[in-house]
Amino acid sequence: MSRLGLRLCVGVASLTALTFGALAAQTITAAGATFPAIIYGKWFEQFRQKDPSVQINYQAIGSGGGIKQLTAGTVDFGASDKPMSDEEIAEVVKQRKFKPLHFPTVLGAVVPIYNIEGVTKELKFTGDALAGIFLGTVTKWNDKAIASANPGVKLPDQAITVVVRSDSSGTSFVFTDFLTKVNDAWKNKVGANAAPNWPVGLRAKGSEGVSGQVKQLPNSIGYVELTYAIQNNMGYGSVQNSATKFIKAELASVTAAAAGAAASMPEDFRVSITNAPGAAAYPISTFTWLLIPDKISDPTKKKAITEFLSWMLTTGQQSAAPLHYAPLPKQVIAKEQKAISLIK
Amino acid sequence: MATAAIPIAKPRSFLGRLIGGDEIAFAITWTASASILLVTVMLVWQLWSRSSLARAKFGLDFLVSRTWDPVAVQFGALPFIYGTLLTAVLALLISVPLGVGAAIFLSEMAPRRLSDIASFLVELLAAVPSVIYGLLAIFTLIPLLRTYGEPFLHNTLGFLPFFQGPMYGVGYLAAGLILAIMTFPFIISISREALMDVPNDQREAALALGATKWEATWQAVVPFARLGILGSVFLGLARALGETMAVTMVIGNTPTISASLFSPGSTIAASIANEFAEASGDVYLASLILLGLVLFLLTIVINGLARLLILATTKKGTSV
Repeated sequence: MSRLGLRLCVGVASLTALTFGALAAQTITAAGATFPAIIYGKWFEQFRQKDPSVQINYQAIGSGGGIKQLTAGTVDFGASDKPMSDEEIAEVVKQRKFKPLHFPTVLGAVVPIYNIEGVTKELKFTGDALAGIFLGTVTKWNDKAIASANPGVKLPDQAITVVVRSDSSGTSFVFTDFLTKVNDAWKNKVGANAAPNWPVGLRAKGSEGVSGQVKQLPNSIGYVELTYAIQNNMGYGSVQNSATKFIKAELASVTAAAAGAAASMPEDFRVSITNAPGAAAYPISTFTWLLIPDKISDPTKKKAITEFLSWMLTTGQQSAAPLHYAPLPKQVIAKEQKAISLIK
Repeated sequence: MATAAIPIAKPRSFLGRLIGGDEIAFAITWTASASILLVTVMLVWQLWSRSSLARAKFGLDFLVSRTWDPVAVQFGALPFIYGTLLTAVLALLISVPLGVGAAIFLSEMAPRRLSDIASFLVELLAAVPSVIYGLLAIFTLIPLLRTYGEPFLHNTLGFLPFFQGPMYGVGYLAAGLILAIMTFPFIISISREALMDVPNDQREAALALGATKWEATWQAVVPFARLGILGSVFLGLARALGETMAVTMVIGNTPTISASLFSPGSTIAASIANEFAEASGDVYLASLILLGLVLFLLTIVINGLARLLILATTKKGTSV
């Protein structure tokens, strides 16, 4: 009984707090990608402390959901791990009479994780080796495609068990986007998608599902977000970049990929930075974006959102690295600061 | 005269009946039962209208196509229908003999106290959330299957197509086993109730005719409780068909069709749970909703068959 009473009290108290908070503050709602949810939560909280009149509620419902909610007009802005397609933008313009602008916030990367009996050394993967493994054409660990990049590592003559994401995910999109760029067979047979038609492999739900299966299954390989791998102290392999160097994903090498792509960055920031130029760039990197309407009719909301963007690009970036997100390179920040004025 | 003493019951006025509670009770219970119908109709309407894009594009091919390719926007439900039916049948093959056997023991042979304790434990099992069963499967069932269970099956029965191919641990077999564990409490709990409801006359009559304890149980008690036992099996089947979380965690989630029980597969509910949140594109979304409609129809058909089975057995007339 007392526990029930306690729960009731907590419930009433938090409800009251929410109500008063909402009354006092300008509430802005947003929804979208799950990958940056941790840093977004931190940012929105820090920003609320700086300016208590603005409260941003973020729901991590997935990138697809973020775009859907923005199109339906149920949120003030969205968030996504992959840029919106031209059709998706046209649909928003048609239904909502505004154009969504893309603002990169932080960077993410995808890393190969594996569990091979008797191998403790860090492996190096070429793009073709990864494509071959996930296509099912490279079936043994001692295959030339893997072994030639790893001289001195004794790879077993064992079948490779492939583990991929079963749920539709930005992580899968970035990974397949990279494979599509570096391998023609992959491009023709599978392509880049958040839920591709994987030719081989077991499928597990979420990063925790993939890493769990890889840990359990001998001689298996999978892929997870860099942030997830760092947070869980997991080892992972390095991947060959466009300058034929094997690069291990770290926050610096991911930021380097964005810097490498910054020169050729389109004005609307919708760009894939997989296989980006630059000797230090990690090739399976990506931006994650906020999707902000270019017309915000409510002046207080417009002020709050533009102020948040300016803050996020300066002070906010300092919170990224401690939470294992790669911060944006200077060139991209400068471009974005100019783009804020597009919000009318 | 005597007739004058008998009060003539006047029909009560509407107000009178309202005060008496009849009208109120009628209105409340009517609304309650109408809401069931309403929810079902709304569910079907939503599934039907939101899947229109997929129905228009694929038609009946949706039911027989094996391709599930979001990149090429080609969708077919056959691997999921196959996986749903296969895992449910596998689960019942294991849980029905176990559950009914346990129910017979608990109601007919076990001491009353033991029976009560066991049935309490069984009801606890039925209340465990499915994600907990999924975790149990990932951490204990699957490693056991991979290292002992599947190699054993492969070595002894490997000549059958069901026990061939690579052994990952995850797959149809793991999903069937975890569903068996999950449906088992339903079957045992309801079957036990049905068996305990059999009047004692039935047992005594059989014993009086010279039947042994087992003969009385098997020939007089179990047939009498047949309806309840069948009901428990169909409730278990419904749970097996619709179970999502635990299955997703152990089945491997590949949209393939394979005779081997070691192979990873997928079910309708698992694929909806996996793909719905981030499905992009109208046809993709409509196809997932159409999958939901297929699952709904599948359960209706199976429930209809269950009704027919019950009707057929009641006509034969051993039970009530």
